[in-house]
Amino acid sequence: MTPKDPLVIGGKTITNRFFLGTGKFGDKKVMRTAIEKSGVEVVTVALRRVDQQQTPENLLDFVPENTILMINTSGARNARQAVTIARIARESLGINWVKIEVIDDSKYLLPDNQETIKCTEILAGEGFTVMPYIHPDLYVARELQKAGAASVMPLGSLIGSGEGLQARKFIEILIREIDLPVVVDAGIGVPSQAAEAMEMGADAVLANTAVSIARDPVQMARAFSLAVQAGRLAHRARSREIRGQASPSSPLTGFLFEESP
Amino acid sequence: MISLPEITAVLKNDDPAFLEQLARRARRLTRMHFGNTISLYAPLYLSNYCENFCTYCGFNCGLDIHRSRLTPAGMEKEMACIARKGIRNLLLLTGESPRHSPPSYLKEAVILAGKYFSGIGVEIYPLQTEEYKILHAAGVDSVTVYQETYDRKRYAHYHPAGRKRDYDYRYQTPQRAAEAGIPRLTLGVLFGLGKPAADLHALYRHLEDLMKRYPGVEYALSVPRIIPLPDAPDRYHILSDRNLAKVIALTRILFPSVGINLSTREPAAIRDRMIHLGVTRISAESKTMVGGYYRKTEEDAQFYIKDQRSVGEILRMLKSQGLDPVFTDWRRIGSA
Repeated sequence: MTPKDPLVIGGKTITNRFFLGTGKFGDKKVMRTAIEKSGVEVVTVALRRVDQQQTPENLLDFVPENTILMINTSGARNARQAVTIARIARESLGINWVKIEVIDDSKYLLPDNQETIKCTEILAGEGFTVMPYIHPDLYVARELQKAGAASVMPLGSLIGSGEGLQARKFIEILIREIDLPVVVDAGIGVPSQAAEAMEMGADAVLANTAVSIARDPVQMARAFSLAVQAGRLAHRARSREIRGQASPSSPLTGFLFEESP
Repeated sequence: MISLPEITAVLKNDDPAFLEQLARRARRLTRMHFGNTISLYAPLYLSNYCENFCTYCGFNCGLDIHRSRLTPAGMEKEMACIARKGIRNLLLLTGESPRHSPPSYLKEAVILAGKYFSGIGVEIYPLQTEEYKILHAAGVDSVTVYQETYDRKRYAHYHPAGRKRDYDYRYQTPQRAAEAGIPRLTLGVLFGLGKPAADLHALYRHLEDLMKRYPGVEYALSVPRIIPLPDAPDRYHILSDRNLAKVIALTRILFPSVGINLSTREPAAIRDRMIHLGVTRISAESKTMVGGYYRKTEEDAQFYIKDQRSVGEILRMLKSQGLDPVFTDWRRIGSA
């Protein structure tokens, strides 16, 4: 979270790499305080939770101004429905950031990668900043990159499970191979898991349940924010041996191949 | 899949430590999957004309009650009353009378409801797939249908005549609704008609089968307990409060992402506790008679509600328990 290390998505510069979902809070005022006190800059809101009429309980009224709002397409079971939801969000709320969430399985809530690609192609073509939520698959991520996605959002584990980075190996591959910000979404249950995702090189982490059902959501949001920051710093500072990657230069054996002067 | 003897063992086990353990697990799973929220809805009875003889029902065609159905103007009055309370999820109900409440009448009600509500469900007599398609296109996003009991013999006993006598046609109703593209389905039994363990087991099997065939549908279960009519000749398998708690907790543990509804037929003291054991959706300030909201009458109800609190009182109760009331959890986006 240093000024020199911003994350740029959709032309916006983001300092806090912890993103927060707004569902599931027991008190919307507490949600607002959690966003404010943790310095969260990007939040997701499900269009289906937004009341079309002005009511005292309208979720959007509890999101602080200057927050980057990302509509999620929760409830969409195919690309057409997700596209419709994104268009409604843009027309009615002026929101251009969309988290594509196409789920046609109510038991495991796993995203439908194929429909997500179709939806991304259409919405990116219409100028949306598209953040697709996916099951981490390299081919799919490549297609999304070609389709104009602004990031990819692989699941850490099943939504609401709190099981952390069950998909770690596959997310690592995306981090290495895809030239888009990788935002780890879903299944992150505790701040240490968020830190782990960031240490491994994720660009941001999104959580919802872990914060919203905490005994003290405000402190938990802060803890996540700090963990994400710590993980990011660790990623940038760590030695390459630990990272398990081959070094591009050969400081130990390179001399054997040098031509004598 | 849990076996019938296992369900029976759970319902028979009254060890307080066991029950507490079950409840804690259920609460954790509920919060993980649904957060600290409870969705609210209200029922709207359109018509109490009925051609069925369900011996346990207050709309049974053999009963001498005042029969009526709402006109479009009456519907709007009722809808406006409910919407003024803040409710955005509406459940439309009718008795089974293709003459007085045909699909075209229901469609009219659904279109009117679209002016006031973001979520529109129907709890009506079973329809054909094509009829569900028409209602879905008009704005219906959920269908509720109870098998009442999965015990065929008892089903025949309680439904001696009328179209509802056809067990299999009713059993296949959720399937027809899913085929028609209805995105949310609610199933249930009326606890008391059959043996609770057997009915619950059959309900779980029905649900599992549907979840495999139609994985994209959002499912919910309702857990109504029978309220015997005055002078009812039948003896029911009454589900105790303790066993209702077990049914709710067990359902949550076996089906973590499935919604569980609890209506105002349960008293406030029960509802206020069950929302921590797995319930995710409750009705508020319900009227179960035709025109009940604007006429403010209690006469000729399908059943008498036990939790009479206002929406405001329900909200205060939820907030005092750390739960956020959700009014809007659906938006109609056309039949894309």
